[in-house]
Amino acid sequence: MTGTGARPGDRLLRGVHRTLTGLHPAVESVLAAILGLLVGAVLMYIWGYDPWRAYWALLKGAFGGDYEIASSIARGVPLILTGLTFSICLRAGMFNIGAEGQMYVGAAASICVAYFSLPHPWHLVVGILFAAAAGVLWSLGPALLKLTRGVSEVISTIMFNWISRFLVFYLVAYVLVDPRQAQRTVRIPLSARFPILVPGTDLSAAVYLAVGFALFVYVLLWHTAVGYEVRAAGLNPTAARYGGISIKRTMVLSFALGGVAAGLAGAATTMGLPPTYAIISGLPELMNLGFDGMAVAMVGRNHPIGILFAALFFGGLNAGGRVMQFYGANPVPLEMVRVVMGAIVLAMAIPELARVLPAVAGAARGLVRTLSPKARKEAA
Amino acid sequence: MNWSSILDLLRISLHAMVPITLTAVGEIIGETAGLFNIGLEGILLIGAFVGTLGAKAGGPIVGLLAGVGVGMAISFVFAVISAYWKGTQMIAGIGINLFALGFVAFGLIKLGAPGFHAVPPEGQLAKLSTPMGALSPLIFVALVTPFLAHLFLNRTRAGLILKAVGENPEAADVAGIDVNLTRLLATTFGGAVAGLAGAFLSVAWIGSVTKEMSAGTGFIALATVVFSGLNPLLALLGGFIFGFFQSLATWIKTLPTKTIPWQFVDMLPYIVTLLVVSGVVGRVRFPKALGVPYKRE
Repeated sequence: MTGTGARPGDRLLRGVHRTLTGLHPAVESVLAAILGLLVGAVLMYIWGYDPWRAYWALLKGAFGGDYEIASSIARGVPLILTGLTFSICLRAGMFNIGAEGQMYVGAAASICVAYFSLPHPWHLVVGILFAAAAGVLWSLGPALLKLTRGVSEVISTIMFNWISRFLVFYLVAYVLVDPRQAQRTVRIPLSARFPILVPGTDLSAAVYLAVGFALFVYVLLWHTAVGYEVRAAGLNPTAARYGGISIKRTMVLSFALGGVAAGLAGAATTMGLPPTYAIISGLPELMNLGFDGMAVAMVGRNHPIGILFAALFFGGLNAGGRVMQFYGANPVPLEMVRVVMGAIVLAMAIPELARVLPAVAGAARGLVRTLSPKARKEAA
Repeated sequence: MNWSSILDLLRISLHAMVPITLTAVGEIIGETAGLFNIGLEGILLIGAFVGTLGAKAGGPIVGLLAGVGVGMAISFVFAVISAYWKGTQMIAGIGINLFALGFVAFGLIKLGAPGFHAVPPEGQLAKLSTPMGALSPLIFVALVTPFLAHLFLNRTRAGLILKAVGENPEAADVAGIDVNLTRLLATTFGGAVAGLAGAFLSVAWIGSVTKEMSAGTGFIALATVVFSGLNPLLALLGGFIFGFFQSLATWIKTLPTKTIPWQFVDMLPYIVTLLVVSGVVGRVRFPKALGVPYKRE
């Protein structure tokens, strides 16, 4: 920054910049979302689709009415939980990519409630506890490997994801299989299902579980001593250790908490998402919810409250995408939604996006100026 | 079990080694310069897909080059975000992986059948007939590349510059080295090799592309990098070990006696990766500035 000799234009720019940095987190998420949607639009255009019609269908399918909003929220419920898995561990300074696998085993564990009967709320509660316990158990593997052998959680969680995927494939095919319907597991009995909140939609009481857990994580991380330790360990492990915080404890705790969240995401899908209430062979309802959760965590700025809004946005993308793929003469496949998600995460990786974008605009202007014939003539 | 089926296993292992070793060597170059790219999985997947498109349009060589090109393009974006814009490398890598998942599934639907697309026979790279059976010529590329990379890193000025940038970017900067440019070039090279490895999967080995073609190979390559401790020669060994267990899973499934359910057989490469990595970590030392964006004071 030049001190006194700044031109008025510079001062104005700095003022705008200060406003933008004041709004920082939210503005950056919105900018990243817009950037991701633009990348999606460009790709759709290249592949010969009409991006504006597709996005219009998506928007109507996501937030066009009460039914659509209810299904957007329903699609967002597991994403809140898998998003929390990623951000709890990120707050503790680790990249836990294991939500996917922990969610699979959680879902499989929740199916076990079909083998015994209990009165209504208790059956549901037991299922939730099963799923949470399975998620924790599965998350302890990478945590212990990191603790005892120093294995990077990026590698170990991915390996655990693949192992759990095949484990659940096996369970679905041989152990939990419905004897009358070989392509899926036994169904969750009525007494263990989340009650449907809006009749005729997918929205069940699982949303309370997800929002409740998000609030719990918020209180735990920002308003308790344990949470303070976790965040301190994430911000600066050396300083935290010097301050008497046990890094091992925060590490295991955040992994376990993440495991609970991911397990609950599995339960919310099997016990709270009509119409199957079972795991179908190939896990179509579960596949990639864990990875999408990372996008949710990122756009939610790794804050439980931000994640709620981000999950609504991505749930809307998913629900709207399901409408979009049947809309018009040349419908856009649902997979487009994940392309947009990836582009959004890539954009979220850029720190101070609001600062970089004007620089891009400036660079583009400079390029156009040098390439324009007039400038070349002047140069000559 | 007879001699020829063991030869089969060895032959599949040599093929499975290629993508792991190539990707790992590329990542070693990038990590030596200080950028940690976990988007390799996505680059492999997109490389396999774009390689198929290239092979359909202009034959196997075009297919492989298309893989190289798209790998370079993606890692260029990654390097600009991570080096020049000081972005979080992990998150950018996760973004690449998510993007690849969607992009390839989307592209496959656009090409016709969802989830699968075959490379036409004339688009596949011909295999050499050897006493061991048909071997892809890229096996020899994968056998030579680690040695070239080893020479490059330890015997050339450019290799030393790369190490300096990864170990102590401040000192490198003072010595007049452009830290960000060096990292950009190293990572783009790594992406090019990973893209080649991806195209190898579809164009020169399997002969088709599926939406889950990479199946964790990018992360197994990362595990190989950890195993190698940034030594390309050990990456060759690691690639062969991990490739062997991937092939062993495939091979067991072709055996007439099915004693173990296939789901458990398929877990094998991932379990072995975990075991090997947890066995070697601790004695491995990585560049000091790995994963940290360089900012001038």
